[in-house]
Order: sequence, then structure tokens, then C-alpha cells
Amino acid sequence: MESYTIHDYDVLVIGAGGAGLRAAIAAIEQGAKVGVVTKSLLGKAHTVMAEGGMAAAMGNVRPEDNWKVHFRDTLKGGGMLNNWKMVENYTKEAPDRVRELEQWGAVFDRTPDGRINQRNFGGHSYPRLAHVGDRTGLELIRTLQDHAVKMGIHAHMETTIYRLLTDAGRVVGALGFNRQTGDFLVFRAKAVVLATGGLGRIYQVTSNSWECTGDGFSLASMVGADLIDMEFIQFHPTGMVWPPSVMGILVTEGVRGEGGVLKNSEGRRFMFDNVPERYKGEFAETEEEAERWLQGDRNARRPPELLTRDVVARAIRKEVNEGRGSPHGGVFLDIASRRPADYIKKKLPSMYHQFMKLGNLDITKEPMEVGPTCHYVMGGVRVDPDTQATNVPGLYAAGEVAGGLHGANRLGGNSLSDLVVFGRRAGLAAAEYAAKQTGSYQVDEAQVRAYIAEALQPFNNPQGENPFALMKELRATMQKNAGIMREESELKAQLEILANLKKRAWNTSVSGSRAYNPGWHTALDMRLMVEISEAVVLAALARKESRGGHARLDYPDPDPTFAKINHIIRRKSDGTLTVVAEPLPEMPEELRKIAEAKDLKELSDKVGA
Amino acid sequence: MSTVTFRIFRGDRNGGELKDYTIEVQEGMVVLDAIHQIQAEQAPDLACRWNCKAGKCGSCGAEVNGKPTLMCMTRLDTIDTSKPVTVRPMKTFPVIRDLATDVKWNYEANKKIKPFTPAPNTDWIMFQEDVDRVQEFRKCIECFLCQNVCHVLREHDEKTGFIGPRLLVRTASLEMHPLDVENRLDMLKNEGGIGYCNITKCCTEVCPEHIHITDNAIIPLKERVVDEYYDPILGFFRRLFGSKKQAQTPSSGQAADD
Repeated sequence: MESYTIHDYDVLVIGAGGAGLRAAIAAIEQGAKVGVVTKSLLGKAHTVMAEGGMAAAMGNVRPEDNWKVHFRDTLKGGGMLNNWKMVENYTKEAPDRVRELEQWGAVFDRTPDGRINQRNFGGHSYPRLAHVGDRTGLELIRTLQDHAVKMGIHAHMETTIYRLLTDAGRVVGALGFNRQTGDFLVFRAKAVVLATGGLGRIYQVTSNSWECTGDGFSLASMVGADLIDMEFIQFHPTGMVWPPSVMGILVTEGVRGEGGVLKNSEGRRFMFDNVPERYKGEFAETEEEAERWLQGDRNARRPPELLTRDVVARAIRKEVNEGRGSPHGGVFLDIASRRPADYIKKKLPSMYHQFMKLGNLDITKEPMEVGPTCHYVMGGVRVDPDTQATNVPGLYAAGEVAGGLHGANRLGGNSLSDLVVFGRRAGLAAAEYAAKQTGSYQVDEAQVRAYIAEALQPFNNPQGENPFALMKELRATMQKNAGIMREESELKAQLEILANLKKRAWNTSVSGSRAYNPGWHTALDMRLMVEISEAVVLAALARKESRGGHARLDYPDPDPTFAKINHIIRRKSDGTLTVVAEPLPEMPEELRKIAEAKDLKELSDKVGA
Repeated sequence: MSTVTFRIFRGDRNGGELKDYTIEVQEGMVVLDAIHQIQAEQAPDLACRWNCKAGKCGSCGAEVNGKPTLMCMTRLDTIDTSKPVTVRPMKTFPVIRDLATDVKWNYEANKKIKPFTPAPNTDWIMFQEDVDRVQEFRKCIECFLCQNVCHVLREHDEKTGFIGPRLLVRTASLEMHPLDVENRLDMLKNEGGIGYCNITKCCTEVCPEHIHITDNAIIPLKERVVDEYYDPILGFFRRLFGSKKQAQTPSSGQAADD
């Protein structure tokens, strides 16, 4: 019989990106015994790829900035579908979390007077992103990694969680395996924090690293946790489009934040023609005004290249569809003619090297070719806005895997601070919950044995399919039928494809040993990826309108009836998924005034500073 | 489109052999793309570590035609593909399987470095010119290619008394942080083994982040250790007035500034 080792923790954190590490630190500070499981080596999580910065209304560059302006910007960007309480918690706490990182050793770029510098980004009214060149995510994860090591973190590296374990409706741990050896591990824990990141790998063109296979959403959903608003997938406007093998790799919004402009094949700055009604009057109307903004004129408005990501992504898609794209199916992003070469190399060093190395292109001399790439999922596991608790006792979620903060669309820079604000909250709440659990904990051995047998099944199935081929099919069909532009017939077709893929995901064949076997890993990843793909498609079918990251060709406009609902994706007792429309929580009057403020001056503590 | 043969190490801690895989390659492909194609079509159990495929995570270090490199940043059109392309795991670390090596020694050795210790009651004001140097060191993506080429670790396997270039860079980032007050010179001299480094600059050559490991991190740290332990005049004053952490500016100012 297959053996396994048992590890006991008060709090088990699944995922060692920004949210997971911050949760672990918070739980350790509460005195909990904490285990952290990561599919990769420590410090390699997808967080390292975040480039532009972390949004926090510190007011270091523009003293007019404060949490209220950040609150309003975030809700506006999210089409008001955000959980207002989460946004309030987030915008109020983000500055403290940034300062805390500095006190743990992070070295942010500085203002002339020696404080943390902040840069412009799409959807933010003021320069608000604390940053380190274009490698802010690396700074964040390394700081948290170092601090967690100092605190005595116990990390299980290169370990995959295959299933959460339950007892009487509570989560009591997880079953996983060590990727290096293929040996199984049982983690018994009083509380589990999911910090597993996103799901970009269900799409063919994505900026996400391999780990973003949506594990946490599926694991949570399989034990009965609700998901929320899974239709809202963010396609970042600027991914690399050439050469083919780099398609999807991110080109940071920092390029536009530093003054980069988007042009079509006719040389026209098309974003001036694409300012939506709700943003009218807030952006520069002429190239001359945008130029003055770049030169630092505070009376000039921001250039329309800094509109929210959904707006820019769809404008690019429109240019390409109407025949004004670049040679390789994108548009041109030009910083070369806007800033001196030295400035570009200093402010955007990774971009400079990335294009030089992979595209053989000098961005200080030539424009880049860019197009939309799957980047982020706004929806996720539904959580309590204060504690990050899910509806399943003992289970918490933070970071990209949790839903609610970003509504229909996330502002760039809002995810890195999301990780630390809600990672901390999840770690605190999980540790408090764990401390209250005094009764005995049972991990059901039969449950464990059954899951292990399931996980090993591809080794005993010589007639099964190649998991890599299956994965390729999933990603290609999701891209085609549930991608940046959706319509009913394609979404319905995709549901049938997924039903078929779901069966086939349980009939794969792998060979070789269990030690570090990517074929086996892919076979097991597939089983979780089909589950979460189905949730995305079902939610997209239900939302018959276009809003935020979700665009329907058959319903191209926002529909007021959908403006006031969230989609709850719930597993029924027979195991199938269902979508339930639920009214948004009522916003208190004083917050509503802030959210709907037209004039930024009303929201500023220091007018005209 | 052309046909290229990849000669890839297959095996584990107990040994292995090079095996040939021939695939069709396309414009713009990097070595990691080739490995993935081989996995998907010919060898589904071919082990290789990677995460981001964008040169930001440092997971996919290997030796391509003998040269340590990130596979995701090595374009096929920059290497000779008319002959078989040899891909081996990093030599300094034990092989787990195929191209994946066991790098946990780096995480263990890292614990020898005292963590960031800010001055009490600091106002957190720092100027850009004072953090430029530290930011260079903090670009490190922990790919461990510098550890892989360092002859102290690679040829002499000195993993008990030496922490290697990556961890010397990390130490430098802490020692040169304008607000850090910890003293790590004793560690550098003793269990850190900075004296083992004889400045061959192999680490600097392979760094994908172009960190001037030798000139900007290791040499200034060596100078501080020398000043602290071997300078007779300073030693005299120290015996008179007691030892304290060195001022930041003198030795970081002496470092090569290219």
C-alpha cells in the first residue's frame, strides 16, 4: 500500500507568492505553527513577474491623494461591482503595508526628498504606485521571503496539493505530493489559507507563469466554497506578439505610465478616439495637452493611454480587427520617441532587456509591437471582506484566488497591495480560528487512500491520452470560445468541449518514474483546469452584457439589470456547478458619495497642494 | 523552419547519459521552447524546472553547449544549431532528474546571513543616489548561475566554508543598505569564506541581470573585511576606542562604478 508522511500545523498556507508569504508571517506572529506549501522553489512565484508597482495612496508625490480617491478609482475601474467593504479595507491599509515592507528591507525608488516614489498608472487619478524600476514584484516577494525566513517559516518546496481534506463539513488539511520524489504528504491543519494565484494558463495567450493553473479555485469549489464573478478575466492590453514563442509575455503598463504612446499602422494615436462616456472630461483631449502632462504640467489631464485595461485592450483589438494593426497582429507602443534612451534604461530596465534578448529589438530606438494577453482573474473564491473566510469553515483565501476586491476590472498596481493587505488579514483570521479549535481532528484515511489512488491512475492506464496534447486543446478552445470577446453560441460550444475534456482528463497516460515527472504533473493539473474553465464559461454565459473585463459581442453594452448583481458559482449536491445572481451588498451613504464623486477636489484633504 | 538535434542529459543523482531528440524549430524559439516541445511530443517525463519564461524568476538555469544560461532567454538563432545542441543541468548542484538540480543548499547557506536590521527610530528617508547600489544587488533573481560557475563551489565543492557569489551579493545588499546597522564582517571572514574568492569574475560573466557581482559587491566587502581584521593602524585605534560598524560611504565609494 502507498505510504505517506503526515505533517501537523495550526495553519497551512497553500502558495508562497505575495499573499501566501504575508499570510504565513501574520499567522506566525500570532504564535501559530505554520506550514507553507509551494509548487515551485521559494521566491519563484508568479508575483516576481509583477512589474509596474503597488498602488497605495501615500500621497508622497501628490499630497492630494488619499484613500478616498483610491477608493473611488478602484470602484470606478471595477464597474462598481466590487465588494465595497473590501475596497475600503484595502485602500485604507495599503499605505501601511507598503511602509511595513520598507521596514522589512524593501528598497523602493525614491522621491527627490528621500521618500518612497510613486508613479502613474492606468485608472489611478494620481501617481500612486510605489515601485522599484519595473521589478516591483521581485522586490516584494524577496522582502517577504527574507522576512518569513527570519520568522522561521516552514516551507514545503516543489509540493503540489491535489485535494483539500474535510471532516464534517470543515477543512482539516490537504493531500499533496512532493514533485521531486513523487512521494505523498498529508497535511493536517486546523485552518487552511489558499493563496494559489490565478488561472491564466487556461488560455493560450497569457502573461501567467506555469503555476497559474487555477488550483485554488477548483480545490475550494470541490469542497463546497462559493466562487464569485468568474466571468471577469482581465486581458492586459500589452503583451508581446512577436516572435511567436514569446507571445503573451507582459509588457508592463509602466511603459505607458512613463509616457509611452499607442499608435496604429497609420501612425495615429487611436486612444483619443476611445474614451468611454464615464471617463469623459478626465483625460487629455489633444496630443498637445498629453504632451504637457508628460512635461509635468499639473493643469493638463492624463493621456488616454492611461485608461483602464479593459478599455485599452478592446481599443487595440478594434484597430487590429479593422485592418490598422502592426505586421504581427498587434499595435505599436512607442516610448523611444518620447523619452531619452538613458531614462528608458533606468526606468524600464527589464523591458529593455526583454525586447533586446527575445525580440532582438531596442526599445530606446524603435516602437514595440503589443497586443492583449490573458493576465488576471478578477473573480475568485468568495470571502468575508474582513477575515477572508470562505463559506467553508477552516478555509480562507487571499490574493488573486480570492474574489471581490476588483469587481469587473482590476486597476494595474492594485494586485501587489491586495496581496499584502489581504494576505495579512487571512493569516490573522486563520490563526485566530485555529487557536479556537480545541477538539480532535480527524483526517479520514479512506479519503486519503482514494485520492492517492486517483492521482496515481495515469501511471496504470497505458491506453490513455497524452496530457500535453489535452492541455493544448483546452487552452486553444478557451482562447477561441471564451477569450477577450465572447458570444453565446461559442460559449455554449465551449461547455460541450469542456464536458468532453473533463472525461478525457481522467483518461490520460503517463510513463517514467514519479520523480519530477512533468507529464504526470500536467495530467493532474488538467483535472483542476477543466473544473475552473467550466466556472468561467458558465458565468460568462449568464452575464448577458459587456462590462469590465467581460465583453459579449451579442450584448455589446452594459445592461443596468446586471449592474447590481454578482454571480455566485456554487456546486450543487450532485457535483455540478450552478450560477446564482445575487444583489450587491448595500453601500453606506458616506461611501457612496465618495464612490460617485465627480470632482477629485471634493475628495482631497489638501486642495491645490 | 529547420530541424535541430538536442542532446539532453537524462538521468538522476546516480548518473545518466546524453540522449538525442530531433525537432522542427521555428523563428524566435528559445532553448526552453525546444525542451517543452520535446516534452510534449517525445519525452513527457523529461524533467526541467521553469516558471515565468520571461527571465524574471531564475528557475530555468542550465548549461547549453557548456555555457551556463537561462534557457528561456537563450534564442536558438544565437547558438550554432547546425550541430547537436547539448543541454546539461547545472554542474555544481546534485541532479534530481534530467535538467532539474537540487539547489536547496543555497537556501540553507542563506541562513548564515543576519537579516536586515534597521537603525532604531529611523525616519526612513533615503535618497536615490544612496540606494542605487543596493538596488543593483536586489535585481538578483536567484537563478544560482553564479553559484554554478564559481570554481570554489564547482571545482572544489567548498559548500561548508563558503557562501558563494549569490549570497555575497545578498550580504552586500544588506551591508550597504543606508539604514542597516548589523555587522556581518565576522560572518564574511569566517563561515562566509569571502577569502576563498580570488576574483576570476566568472560569476559576473554569467549573471543574467548584469549585476557587477565582483566589482560592486565582493571587492568592496573584501576591503571592509581587510580594514576590519588586517589593517594594523585601524586595529590600533579599534583597540583604543572599540569596534563598530564601518561607515557606508568610504568603501562603496571605492567600488568600480561602471
